[in-house]
Amino acid sequence: MASWRHYGRSLRSFWSTSLAAELEYPLNAVIELVSVFGNLAGSLFVLQLLFAGGSSLGGWSWNGALVVLGLYTLLDGITTCLLQPNLSRIVNHVQTGTLDYVLLKPIDSQFWLSTRTVSPWGLPAIGAALGLIAWASSRAGVPSPALLLLALALLLASLVILYSLWFVLAALSIWFVKVWNATEVLRQTLVAGRYPVSAYPPALRLVFTFVLPVAFLTTVPAEALLGRGSLAWAGGSLLAAILCFGGSRLLWLHAQRFYTSASS
Amino acid sequence: MRVRHGWRVARALLVSQYALMLEYRAEIVLWALSGVLPLIMLGVWSGSGAGAGAGLSPQQISRYFLSAFLVRQFTVVWLIHVFEEDALQGRLSPFLLQPLAPLWRYLAAHFSEQASRVPIVAVMLLALGLVAPGLLWLPSARSLLLGLVAIQAAFLLRFLLQVVVTTLCFWSERAAALDRLLLIPYLFLSGLVAPLETFPPAVRRLAMATPFPWMVDFPARLLAGEEVNATLGFAAIAAWCLLLLPIGRWLWLAGLRRYSAMGA
Repeated sequence: MASWRHYGRSLRSFWSTSLAAELEYPLNAVIELVSVFGNLAGSLFVLQLLFAGGSSLGGWSWNGALVVLGLYTLLDGITTCLLQPNLSRIVNHVQTGTLDYVLLKPIDSQFWLSTRTVSPWGLPAIGAALGLIAWASSRAGVPSPALLLLALALLLASLVILYSLWFVLAALSIWFVKVWNATEVLRQTLVAGRYPVSAYPPALRLVFTFVLPVAFLTTVPAEALLGRGSLAWAGGSLLAAILCFGGSRLLWLHAQRFYTSASS
Repeated sequence: MRVRHGWRVARALLVSQYALMLEYRAEIVLWALSGVLPLIMLGVWSGSGAGAGAGLSPQQISRYFLSAFLVRQFTVVWLIHVFEEDALQGRLSPFLLQPLAPLWRYLAAHFSEQASRVPIVAVMLLALGLVAPGLLWLPSARSLLLGLVAIQAAFLLRFLLQVVVTTLCFWSERAAALDRLLLIPYLFLSGLVAPLETFPPAVRRLAMATPFPWMVDFPARLLAGEEVNATLGFAAIAAWCLLLLPIGRWLWLAGLRRYSAMGA
């Protein structure tokens, strides 16, 4: 019990200090706002071009596709807030040897590396995304509380999957020190989550389900929200989340055995 | 005499930067992989009927996006991110002492990075050809030659545009954030995510008035063997370059007067 409180207190001081540091750059807020709405407008424009040929995209209606886009934007905002500022730094710790200090701290090192900072600049994206999801899903029919709960659970699963993918790629820098921007590759390929997975050719659909689980990130929660969720997909999503998180934990425990500190 | 000297400097720069890039080959593989966006968009567009609505055959679509993929791979500009760090950490100072404008060094680094990408992109194309043999084709000598020249011209235009933004590093510690803003019109107006033929006429006219379509749409369509007014395209790129060159030069000189080697 005391250890939970300890982690909670650590988290509070981590985030209040990093917020104070980030707020030193108020211009970033403006840039971030413009970039969120610019990106959203551009995505809507492209989506509308894709719908010009017919009334559906891979069997999805316009409102359904908007929910998927909203979920993608939501995950992107959370990435900017939490994943990117923390996990893209692991490689710097490895390269400069400061990972030594992290490992010595009386706190779980994966927890420290994953939560040390928080950046407020993803908040505009999160706000815009929640608005878009609420608007589009209510136009497709107001979801019942049970569906909403299921969608929330699946969203949580997709967050766990997303976090694990990021953490695994970032932790690989223990072996490949010079891989600076592995996480950037992930961010670029996850762009595929902007569209429902059935919009892709069958071969790519398999890749996006089993290799790079983009389908579980946006399509599956969106289907639940639209009342089309199936037990198989929900179960698959939860299983993928458990596997991914367990994998990331195992990899980190394994990686620490290979860490030999900088210059040694 | 000056020509010989210039040639020797250029050779030394290119050879040393190429050696440096080879040292970072794992990172360059990752950067090359992160340029898959046009291929993802190819997946979405080939699944939707929107291309046919704009009068594009499936073959035209796949050739267009494959060409856009190549264009994207060889017109990547990352000047601002490197320069921001160099300026912040004071590494720019020794460069300024040398009898060579620092921008030449960065330009050589970009050319070397392109050269080190060639084998990686070749392997990616080979893999693509194995998975989907129908996708690859052999362009005619004329479109290949014109396309390659256009790619370099587009690269030069992107580089000059980023030089203009990069000079803002002299005034702000976080100028690289501005690059995110520049990325939005580049992403949506250049033809990277949707062929310009599918745009509504008014939006298309607006896009053509910006430098962005000349950076992807023009070289990609040359390479894909479409009907393109090559003279107009090259003239447009030259005009934009001539506009950006004096602006960049003026900002650079003004910024240099402000530079005080931060951290020194």
